[in-house]
Amino acid sequence: MTKKIKNLNLNFGPQHPAAHGVLRLILELDGEVVEKADPHIGLLHRGTEKLIENKTYMQAVPYFDRLDYVAPMNQEHAFALAIEKILNIEVPIRAQLIRVMFCEIGRILSHILNVTTQALDVGALTPSLWGFEERETLMTFYERASGSRLHANYFRAGGVHQDLPAGLEDDIAKFCKTFPKVIDDLENLLTDNRIFKQRNVDIGIVTKEDAIDYSFSGVMIRGSGIPWDLRKSQPYDCYEQLDFKIPVGKNGDCYDRYLCRIEEMKESVSLIKQCLSKMEKGSIKSLDGKINPPPKKELKQSMEALIHHFKLFTEGYRVPKDEIYTAVEAPKGEFGVYLISDGSSKPYKCKIRAPGFSHLQSMDYLIKGHMLADVPAVLGSLDIVFGEVDR
Amino acid sequence: MKNLLDLEKKINSELATKIKKTEIKHNQIYIEINKKDLIEVLLFVKTDKDTKFRQLIDVTAVDYPEEKERFKIVYMLLSHEFNQRIIISYYISENEVIPSLTSIFPSANWMEREVFDMYGINFKDHPDLRRILTDYGFEGHPLRKDFPLTGHTEVRYSEDKKKVVSEPVKLEQNYRNFDYESPWEGTKYIKDQTDNNDKKN
Repeated sequence: MTKKIKNLNLNFGPQHPAAHGVLRLILELDGEVVEKADPHIGLLHRGTEKLIENKTYMQAVPYFDRLDYVAPMNQEHAFALAIEKILNIEVPIRAQLIRVMFCEIGRILSHILNVTTQALDVGALTPSLWGFEERETLMTFYERASGSRLHANYFRAGGVHQDLPAGLEDDIAKFCKTFPKVIDDLENLLTDNRIFKQRNVDIGIVTKEDAIDYSFSGVMIRGSGIPWDLRKSQPYDCYEQLDFKIPVGKNGDCYDRYLCRIEEMKESVSLIKQCLSKMEKGSIKSLDGKINPPPKKELKQSMEALIHHFKLFTEGYRVPKDEIYTAVEAPKGEFGVYLISDGSSKPYKCKIRAPGFSHLQSMDYLIKGHMLADVPAVLGSLDIVFGEVDR
Repeated sequence: MKNLLDLEKKINSELATKIKKTEIKHNQIYIEINKKDLIEVLLFVKTDKDTKFRQLIDVTAVDYPEEKERFKIVYMLLSHEFNQRIIISYYISENEVIPSLTSIFPSANWMEREVFDMYGINFKDHPDLRRILTDYGFEGHPLRKDFPLTGHTEVRYSEDKKKVVSEPVKLEQNYRNFDYESPWEGTKYIKDQTDNNDKKN
């Protein structure tokens, strides 16, 4: 007598600690083996693109913080670069260095969060406690420069909002000295850990071809052995003058991606150090008065400064009619902004290309044939944050 | 091909009748194509040994409600081999159905679902054309220019019905859109002066 066995449908999320936010996964299980995964996204959709169309260019910046909220400034960078390219404005070298430095801080912020929560998903608690302490330090750097720990709103077209406060550079330099020790500690806990390896090695393998076909970028493509990094291949700001290596994986599994992230953090520390050593006094935003508001103290004396200030904060600056796609290497991959300006002070269209969107799309392909317990491991190594996936 | 100009020449000569316009700006190449040739053009740029645009970066649409051909569909592609980007676009009118790229680029699946969700554009031969970002049971297409910023409905938890209900939006104060653009252009003699200066320059 044969008995017909039906596949089991399992609902994973949207409120699940291993879903890294509000992901709802409909899994079709044959015993404990996943046959099909159907991610339902959009539970954090806030209509960012629609809102940006209704705001001036300067007012649109804070929306970028709220996309990938673990590395806010990297997103702002893409938007600032897009406007700068259309307006054709020069960014002073000090501003470039500050921006690159904070982008690398953002990369460390994001990678710490990812590496430690991935470890948490497969059963290790300690790394997240150690890692989050460092994130806290980094977020105080954010706070001292911009005024807020997370939603910085710091980058502007043409530079940054304000100069670094006294002493911040020294404190960042101090952090660069102590942080490599923390990376080593994390590695001691994880890299050769038997359980961590059993849960990650040979799980969620991505071949080179598939990495390209599924529009992967960032660590997801480098983990599969393709040395592609926009900071090297299409350098923006001062990345050309800096010296860094691109870690590349071999097998394209979750473990290789973890190793890539660890190595990238070390490279980021070196990049921050280089930025600090190159930093000299100078202006921190372009001097074009039609783009950047005048210094506060001039408002009391100069009529022209007052007019500029008023016009910039009501109407905003106008951007000539153009179309552009700009991308930066955000911690999670290629983050792009497709901007259409129509000559007014508001963008006509601003499409945000989030790396996590295409990574999550491949969930079905990655998880097919794996066990149910591998779902959090694969999800963890995809490094998705719902702020940017749902926009 | 290493050089953008060579690439532009190559595309123009190989695909002559299928291309409407090519332009190089911001170190990228922007081409406008005939809508019926979409699949052929994309297959060519993906597979040709001199182009190799093998990665689809994004698909999106732009809404121009006052135009007859209302939507501009945009495809962004990247070539790792030659480190180049190409942006391909064409225009369609409101109820037109366009071919899906899922058979050429698997990653087009969600991107096209997003365009369907946000703009209501239908794709032919798409394996799974459902809404993706908006809520279950959502109506309308938010990124169309005629969709209001506040939306049509708002949700709340109803204590009577013991479930989340959706109701028409009620605002205490209407959304205000200030027009800051100054209509003032200066008195006539100043305007003439600046016009003359512009001509001289």
